[in-house]
Amino acid sequence: MSEGITLEAAAAPRPRSVISEGRGVRWLLTGIAILFLALFLVLPLLTVFAQALARGWAAYFEAFAEPDARSAIRLTLTVAAISVPFNLVFGVAAAWAIAKFEFPGKSLLITLIDLPFSVSPVVSGMIYVLVFGSQGLFGAFFIEHGIQIIFAVPGIVLATIFVTFPFIARELIPLMQEQGTAEEEAALTLGASGWHAFRTVTLPNIRWGLLYSVLLCNARAMGEFGAVSVVSGHIRGLTNTLPLHVEILYNEYNFVGAFAVASLLAGLALVTLVIKSVLEWRYAGDLAAGGRH
Amino acid sequence: MVATPPRRFHFRRPSVIPGFGLTFGYALTCLSLVVLLPLAALVARASGLGLSGIWDVARDPRVASALRLSFGVSLLAALTASVFGFVVAWVLTRYDFPGRRIVDAAVDLPFALPTAVAGIALASLYAPNGLVGAQLAKVGIQAAYTPIGIFIAMVFIGLPFAVRTVQPLIAEIDKEVEEASATLGAKRLLTLTRVVLPPLIPAVLTGFALAFARGVGEYGSIIFIAGNLPFVSEIAPLLIVIKLSEFDYAGAAAIATIMLGISFLTLLVINLIQAWSRRRFGYV
Amino acid sequence: MFDKTNDKLRRAVRCSDRIVVAHPPAPTFPEDDTMQMPVTRAARPVHRIRSLLLAACLAPALGLASPVLAETALLNVSYDPTRELYREVNAAFAEEWKAKTGEAITVRASHGGSGSQARTVIDGVDADVVTLGIPSDIDAIVKLTKKIPADWRDKQPNQGLPYTSTVVFLVRKGNPKGVKDWNDLGKPDVKVITPNPKTSAGGRWNFLAAWGYAYNQDKDVEKANAFVGQIYKNVPILDTGARGSTVTFAQRGLGDVLPTWENEAFLVLQEFGADKFDIVVPPTSIYAEPPVALVDANVDRKGTRKAAEAYLAFLYTDKAQAIFAKHRYRPLKREAADKADLAFLPDVKLFKIEDLQGNWDDIQKKNFDNGGLFDQLSKAGR
Repeated sequence: MSEGITLEAAAAPRPRSVISEGRGVRWLLTGIAILFLALFLVLPLLTVFAQALARGWAAYFEAFAEPDARSAIRLTLTVAAISVPFNLVFGVAAAWAIAKFEFPGKSLLITLIDLPFSVSPVVSGMIYVLVFGSQGLFGAFFIEHGIQIIFAVPGIVLATIFVTFPFIARELIPLMQEQGTAEEEAALTLGASGWHAFRTVTLPNIRWGLLYSVLLCNARAMGEFGAVSVVSGHIRGLTNTLPLHVEILYNEYNFVGAFAVASLLAGLALVTLVIKSVLEWRYAGDLAAGGRH
Repeated sequence: MVATPPRRFHFRRPSVIPGFGLTFGYALTCLSLVVLLPLAALVARASGLGLSGIWDVARDPRVASALRLSFGVSLLAALTASVFGFVVAWVLTRYDFPGRRIVDAAVDLPFALPTAVAGIALASLYAPNGLVGAQLAKVGIQAAYTPIGIFIAMVFIGLPFAVRTVQPLIAEIDKEVEEASATLGAKRLLTLTRVVLPPLIPAVLTGFALAFARGVGEYGSIIFIAGNLPFVSEIAPLLIVIKLSEFDYAGAAAIATIMLGISFLTLLVINLIQAWSRRRFGYV
Repeated sequence: MFDKTNDKLRRAVRCSDRIVVAHPPAPTFPEDDTMQMPVTRAARPVHRIRSLLLAACLAPALGLASPVLAETALLNVSYDPTRELYREVNAAFAEEWKAKTGEAITVRASHGGSGSQARTVIDGVDADVVTLGIPSDIDAIVKLTKKIPADWRDKQPNQGLPYTSTVVFLVRKGNPKGVKDWNDLGKPDVKVITPNPKTSAGGRWNFLAAWGYAYNQDKDVEKANAFVGQIYKNVPILDTGARGSTVTFAQRGLGDVLPTWENEAFLVLQEFGADKFDIVVPPTSIYAEPPVALVDANVDRKGTRKAAEAYLAFLYTDKAQAIFAKHRYRPLKREAADKADLAFLPDVKLFKIEDLQGNWDDIQKKNFDNGGLFDQLSKAGR
């Protein structure tokens, strides 16, 4: 263990000359990185806002006055409000089971939780059509009982949950693994109930990771397009989420409107990133402890 | 590890912590209902065709070319994202320049930006009459509505994976090792290639695999910018959608199953890379 | 997010002792304490997260309550270019229904590629009526679900066609490539923008119109097939719907000619400016039949049959017919339409594809099903 030495080395001023590249190379690499990011990330983002405001603010706000736009906003909020808490509870439960206990087949379980990450969004939507569609596995049963799943809010929620399924669990598992079980054990031996130990020991330890992952999960839940597009049915004012509304406006040659609604979603993305950066900046220590970058 | 007062208990006794049954059961139930059951339905639907049937679908020239395109372009895009992602990660962690924090935050944009929004933005940017597309057109390159457009969208989607997997590792390279290498007379380039880079390779590969997996499945941002021409710029996920609108459920399920299998393989490869790096570099 | 997958790598790089430094000291608990825990500085932000979540859960629940009102609602599942049309038709119907019965009614619409729209009905969208781009899409619903009876054509006047349309060419202002007739689309220097016939009804009409044109020249199937292949060699982009193709042509500035629904061509002039494009009407074109049908199984289950039947009947009234003409569809009753609107719909020699290729089952199978003519042509084209 070389605790003291490591810390000192980290605090000492870095002799740049030997462990960094020459000034020219530094400039070149920085230039390449910034140019690349500008071309691929910043420019598309600016395009969204530029196009949205192409005809001024009045036209911009007109896009949100439409009842269809409002109902799309409402639906998107509803879907996120159901799917994010669901994934939150699942993520915490899964992380607790995986991080705090040893059991066989753990890595298989983690891989399965990861799976929705690498499944094409289109496939994510389609599988629910195959299960709940009227040609599907349980389709006849639900139709008999008058329950509409696909092409209604439940289907959209399910597809969204699937797509965002790993977000919170995958953030919490390594965080909680790294923190180990010592603190909880201490609390328990001191007489706290399990739930109490979770609330007062575990939760404070993972709070920033939790908040961060909830934010990202929320951004993705509100922005999902491919999967939702397959199960939505595109009924105006009923099953259109914001991203689908963008597509509809775009297909109605209402480009300003499409980009205006898109800018709302882009704004959401920006807010997410800003909060995330602020969290990282203010709580760098806590986050680093949890393995955040 | 943690300096705790003397205990009478064993350090690790799983039984002390409660809630395994509850949390494990709940997690497994959710996983089964949300992920496993629907995926099983997909495989069941495809298996109606039989293995030879799935193979026939995969060999169909149009399907084969769509799969080739999806995997080929995604491979290239992941490669590009990895190379530039490495540079970005390196610059962001090693150098200090004004606005570094903003640039750092911007890397996550494709995670948070809805794919459809990215798609229409990229399309209007790279179309022949768009801001960048017009410049490219001057040198005779048409980006949007060709495989190049697909490539651009996939790089966009894959970039944060490439950056974020490598960045924390670069941040935690032991500077002493670099210094040692320098004091022993190695030139900077030699230090980089022989000392700094090798331990980063597993992370770069992981980022590459993730960007690749995401690129293969991507739909929303690509359909707006790809030309969607059979045999030229038609991606596999679009073909699934097309099969669905042709009411060919089995065919759609077959393509989906093939892609699912490859997703599985990719995840497996990621796990293998990590296992390998554990052995190679002694990481836990 | 995904960087977590290699957390193990990272953890290894970080010296284990630093974890010690970063850990907050374990909270101490009084020996006999059961529930009284020290409130750490950490507890408060957690609280905030919780109330945030709560607020997030409540907000939409309150918002949701408003649109669910007890009034009849019909769902019309339609194809891509009819968005503007049905917005007006639906409003007119609601007005008339209110005047007749005193009840409020909402007609919702859903739009998309005709094939994908049919697919959603097959998979369970609660459509009361379907108004699709091509008869074979309704036939598909019949075959796969029996939600619509096989004799749907006979249940409505004029084979379920309250209006028809045709395919015309949209070209850039001044027609720089001199496109006049279908054979110009096969010329090597002409770039044609058309949607994918697999997913789009408009794409299928374009395909069939080109084939019919060629077949009518020498009554030779092989030649007609080859001619269509020639045209599709000139297609640089196949969008999935008619709307996608229009955006590609008009907004992105790609291609020289856009064969499209007549109504869509006029809409482009209106939306993008008549100073940018010209409409070229070929001497002969196809009699395009976008049919309407009642989804019997759905209306009976929902109890909306009366309103749905009234809605379909309304499409044949003078009022609706005038609206069709206004949106540049060819109304069944020309006399109901405004003369000024009719002036926009020139006389074209129209042929019926059924007269050349037989019934719709065959047309669909021969041309667009897996391994059909379109597949063969795209395979041969590469």
